[in-house]
Amino acid sequence: MTDAADVEIPEVDYVSGSGIPIRGNDIDTDQIIPARFMKVVTFDGLGEFAFFDLRFDENDEPKEHPFNEQRFQDSSVMVVNSNFGCGSSREHAPQALMRWGIDAIIGESFAAIFAGNCLALGIPTVTADTETIQELQDWVDENPDGEIDVDVEAETVTYGGETIDVTVDDAQRKALVDGVWDTTALMKSNASEVRKTAQDLPYVRDDQIPDAAD
Amino acid sequence: MSDSTLYDKVWNRHKVTTLPTGQDQLFVGLHLIHEVTSPQAFGMLRERDLEVAYPELTHATVDHIVPTADQSRPYKEDAAEEMMAELEQNVRDAGIEFSDPTSGNQGIVHVIGPEQGLTQPGKTIVCGDSHTSTHGAFGALAFGIGTSQIRDVLATGTVAMEKQKVRKIEVTGELGEGVEAKDVILEIIRRLGTEGGVGYVYEYAGEAIESLGMEGRMSICNMSIEGGARAGYVNPDETTYEWLENTDYFQDNPEEFAKLKPYWESIRSDADAEYDDVVTIDGSSLEPVVTWGTTPGQGIGISDPIPSPEELPEDKQDTARRAQEHMRVEPGETMEGYEIDVAFLGSCTNARLPDLRRAAEIVEGRQVHEDVRALVVPGSQRVQKTAEEEGLKDVFEAAGFDWRNAGCSMCLGMNEDQLEGDEACASSSNRNFIGRQGSKDGRTVLMNPRMVAAAAIVGEVTDVRDLPETEVTAR
Repeated sequence: MTDAADVEIPEVDYVSGSGIPIRGNDIDTDQIIPARFMKVVTFDGLGEFAFFDLRFDENDEPKEHPFNEQRFQDSSVMVVNSNFGCGSSREHAPQALMRWGIDAIIGESFAAIFAGNCLALGIPTVTADTETIQELQDWVDENPDGEIDVDVEAETVTYGGETIDVTVDDAQRKALVDGVWDTTALMKSNASEVRKTAQDLPYVRDDQIPDAAD
Repeated sequence: MSDSTLYDKVWNRHKVTTLPTGQDQLFVGLHLIHEVTSPQAFGMLRERDLEVAYPELTHATVDHIVPTADQSRPYKEDAAEEMMAELEQNVRDAGIEFSDPTSGNQGIVHVIGPEQGLTQPGKTIVCGDSHTSTHGAFGALAFGIGTSQIRDVLATGTVAMEKQKVRKIEVTGELGEGVEAKDVILEIIRRLGTEGGVGYVYEYAGEAIESLGMEGRMSICNMSIEGGARAGYVNPDETTYEWLENTDYFQDNPEEFAKLKPYWESIRSDADAEYDDVVTIDGSSLEPVVTWGTTPGQGIGISDPIPSPEELPEDKQDTARRAQEHMRVEPGETMEGYEIDVAFLGSCTNARLPDLRRAAEIVEGRQVHEDVRALVVPGSQRVQKTAEEEGLKDVFEAAGFDWRNAGCSMCLGMNEDQLEGDEACASSSNRNFIGRQGSKDGRTVLMNPRMVAAAAIVGEVTDVRDLPETEVTAR
């Protein structure tokens, strides 16, 4: 039996690539991945359904959307506005974006569950103020091939010869930079403390706590 | 940071350790799972050769894809059948109890947990569904998680979390006639915004909250996430304990009730607890609230005019413009008279017994408007059964409503219950996002269950308090 700790978790201290602007506040998870594409038991193949209803009309003809534009097809750094990813807890949303090719997201603000889901996939969600984001979105529009460097550790974004300060949540930064964003093995290694916590809770019955086999 | 709130106390009791990231590792007292967000997590466990650590603290049901009309197996839709079969296999392999449709206990995950007494004060409760906040109505710390976190919980019985701030929302006074819990939470979201709760847990307090039954408290906690707060809760009190005492768990284990009550009392927020923020709302000033836009924060009182985008804060203007275009509403008008094609009475927000009873009172002796298709989807098989025994099904059917089996249904349109084309829907659910109810041109107007019933009858959004009397109501 392989130990769970064998799962390799890459350190994500730096992400670079060209940008893609997705404008608008309150872009919810139903827009990122409509629920009808969630009738699947794996996340494979979700990439083609990212923003589906914004990208295609009722006859599946492409509409105007950055994800459809040829110039953004190799982009990996998405630039969004405020409250991005609000709505449901579906990890299908960041999974779809990741499988489309997104490695990092820069925005004004993110919904909490969405940001947590991104972290669990090793995708940084870094924030900056409204004006900074709009400038970056405009720059990306004019420079679709321009490189954006997201330095997670230093909390900076560099583009077009300019470096700006951004904010990365402390726990997120540490998890990404140290390569501990996949927490399963880490938390499993505390199994005996977990049992102790469970035993001390009045509502957990002894027969609900499995024997310490491992 | 807050101190001596229920949130602080429950957090501390469940904290295993602080992880190197600075996040806390929290023990999970109840892990609820369903067919849409769990199969990938079980797949990840298999890939890593891991087993479910605490199957006895895990409970499954099927709600998102389950058909609400013909539930015979195999389900007509192949994808639905595949997801159900996968869940059946996973729970069988792991030894997880499953409230499946043959059990009589199936239903929306946030309806069945409280029904069976699985939901209790002072528990940490997680589920791969953002409306897990519902369980906070019992004084539990309950929040939605993603699939990778489901993997964590299955494998370790714990979840990695950062502690949030606590905002107390005090709703004072008495709610007026025809004003419900749903109106309170829509008003809270309207005032504080859809992202106002990011980084916060909401504690709901005050006379208007305390005088609500458990179902009303659930409706409020349910939509915490629509306000950006991952969790919301109400301190447990006698209303809570009365509910718990009548659930399966405490009927079967009466000694547990006496044993746990001191714990429940101990985790209540102290009278002198410190909060990071306090907001007060005068509950007596509210009227029924309906949404005019495409986020749950775009709500107004039924007699209020739809705001002009220019009146709103600058960062809300663009969203409002697009929303008004999508909904085809004009600033200055009220939502009264907005024509609807569909009336949906269901969802984890408003499909419990009192919701259906109140709506039935409106429906009795009246007929659904000829241009409206109306459906009632009970929150669980138990709600359905009791409602049928009480004659509510007959009332709804006599009026022209379709009476369905339990499930999430048209709240998110993952089964066959969907809006078509640009249909407008009066809905007791929680999200009016574009495309939410299954059609990207569909238009959703959120409101309380009695308002949905009234809209179904009149064929347009209407103030339920102004419905002319019928022979039945005049009696």
